[in-house]
Amino acid sequence: MPINQVQPEAVEFDVHTDEMLINMGPQHPSTHGVLRLVLRTDGEVVTEVTPHIGYLHRCAEKIGEHLSPRQFLPYTDRLDYLSAMNMNLGWSLTVEKLLGLKVSEKTRHLRVIMAELGRIASHLVAAGCYGLDLGSFTPFTWTFRDREKILNLFEAACGARLTCSYITVGGVTADLPPGWLSQCEQFLTEFAPVVDELHAVLTSNAVFVRRTAGVGVLPAATAIDYGCTGPVLRGCGVAWDLRRDGDPFYTEMYDGYQFEVIAQTEGRYPQDHPYPPVPAAACLGDSWHRFYVRMLEVVESMELVRQAMAKYAAAAGEVDKPIPLKKKLPQGEVYLETEAPKGQMGFMVKSDGSPIPSRVRIRSSSFCNLSVASELCRGVLVADVPAIIGSLDLVLGEIDR
Amino acid sequence: MNIQEIHSRLARAFQPWLAATGFEAIDPWIEVRPEGLPEIGRYLRDSQDLWFDMLHCITGVDDIELDAKKSAAKKAEQPDWEPHLELIYHLSSTRHRHRLVLRTRLPRWHEDTPGRLPEVPTVSDIWSAAKWHEREVFDLMGVCFVGHPDLRRILCPEDWVGHPLRKDYEMPREYHGIPAR
Repeated sequence: MPINQVQPEAVEFDVHTDEMLINMGPQHPSTHGVLRLVLRTDGEVVTEVTPHIGYLHRCAEKIGEHLSPRQFLPYTDRLDYLSAMNMNLGWSLTVEKLLGLKVSEKTRHLRVIMAELGRIASHLVAAGCYGLDLGSFTPFTWTFRDREKILNLFEAACGARLTCSYITVGGVTADLPPGWLSQCEQFLTEFAPVVDELHAVLTSNAVFVRRTAGVGVLPAATAIDYGCTGPVLRGCGVAWDLRRDGDPFYTEMYDGYQFEVIAQTEGRYPQDHPYPPVPAAACLGDSWHRFYVRMLEVVESMELVRQAMAKYAAAAGEVDKPIPLKKKLPQGEVYLETEAPKGQMGFMVKSDGSPIPSRVRIRSSSFCNLSVASELCRGVLVADVPAIIGSLDLVLGEIDR
Repeated sequence: MNIQEIHSRLARAFQPWLAATGFEAIDPWIEVRPEGLPEIGRYLRDSQDLWFDMLHCITGVDDIELDAKKSAAKKAEQPDWEPHLELIYHLSSTRHRHRLVLRTRLPRWHEDTPGRLPEVPTVSDIWSAAKWHEREVFDLMGVCFVGHPDLRRILCPEDWVGHPLRKDYEMPREYHGIPAR
């Protein structure tokens, strides 16, 4: 199917009107933050989309050149603020890779619990807001209700709900309080039926399918060419997940875990599940598949949290404490990418031997995922632009850094 | 394919463009001369057994020591060291699951004239991911990517002066009447 498929019965394409430039954003609700899109339109058809970013630019990389890695940790919370745990994890692992530091088993499993809860929380916001973009309000309230429960768990563990700074260089800031695991278990039990409800009101909803199936079709080759990662890439049928395919320093965190990479390969999704089948109108790489991959990943992450809780409870010893605040870094340069909810989040640290890095680089997943938007939105209807942008699940804090 | 094998493959075809290697580094790298980047990039992407189809990231590094004492010490340690810029390209192959760090070295200013940006050929026609990453490096580090279709600032405002990630960058006193420092 062509990349910019439009339904011919919906619009008469041979009628041309005056070209018009429309500014969408930076304060448009469906751009998920301060993103400005300039649409060049011909009637209802968008001929060109130019994203303008940078409204949230704080020069995080420059700040990193003036702080020690542990001091920089709270700044990573503010990159992708919807999954701060995963940002903390990416940064901590990168610095640990430079230091050649391995954390204890107990810490490793605790980190898996937090990273996967962070993924569920982020995907819940993605699903809820996407429904909102397409005019469905109820699922938004449901997903935020259940995300709240995850934030309560984060608060119980580290005192912060959004900007956690919990996973830190060398370990975690504190061990879990008593009773936390049973709270988490209770959340997973309560949350499992909600996934089915979300599938009922979104995934298989006729209006939702009409708005997303076949809209914004991204071929796998284009996705790879633009460096798209995460659910955007897996929605194209490319089974590529850094938890399995990444740097050994990162994948060994998931050693001993059973999980599937969610992508439709050879015409089917990996797990046998009771969720709605792929609708006839959907084609691989469209907005519907990107959404569906996230929904299935939520279930996979719940399973990972369960496994991690059992492993954490069985692990002996203590969790690791963070490294000293001004520990000297060895000379060298490392780059590490982790599988954050929105895609591959990369950090680079270069050090000349002092406690403060000489260069910090942040590779943002949403940055690359957004760069493909102008390809996706060429020749679509104006109303499809929010549907496509929403399906990319962008966070501007991470794009602008 | 490991880094030595990739290097020997490149050495067969592009020996004059290969500058240095860092096989012992935590992330092993190959340094190439800037003028060879497009052809080497195309070769890395298109060879069946290399197939580096994904460009993850382009990083600019300003390697300068502003403190005169430290600069002299660094020079004494490494006699051939001069202040310079580095570009680091992180590549991987979704087919073969191998990774590569490619780097290149540029002068800080073109023909040593402060204000004239150093030039490097674009790779945006090889990997589209470079379109935005090169804009970012141009914006923040001040590198001119020759042949880039749309080399504009991306994170800073269009009328911003200077390139903030340069080590000797100074924040302007004000921007459109807004005190900046």
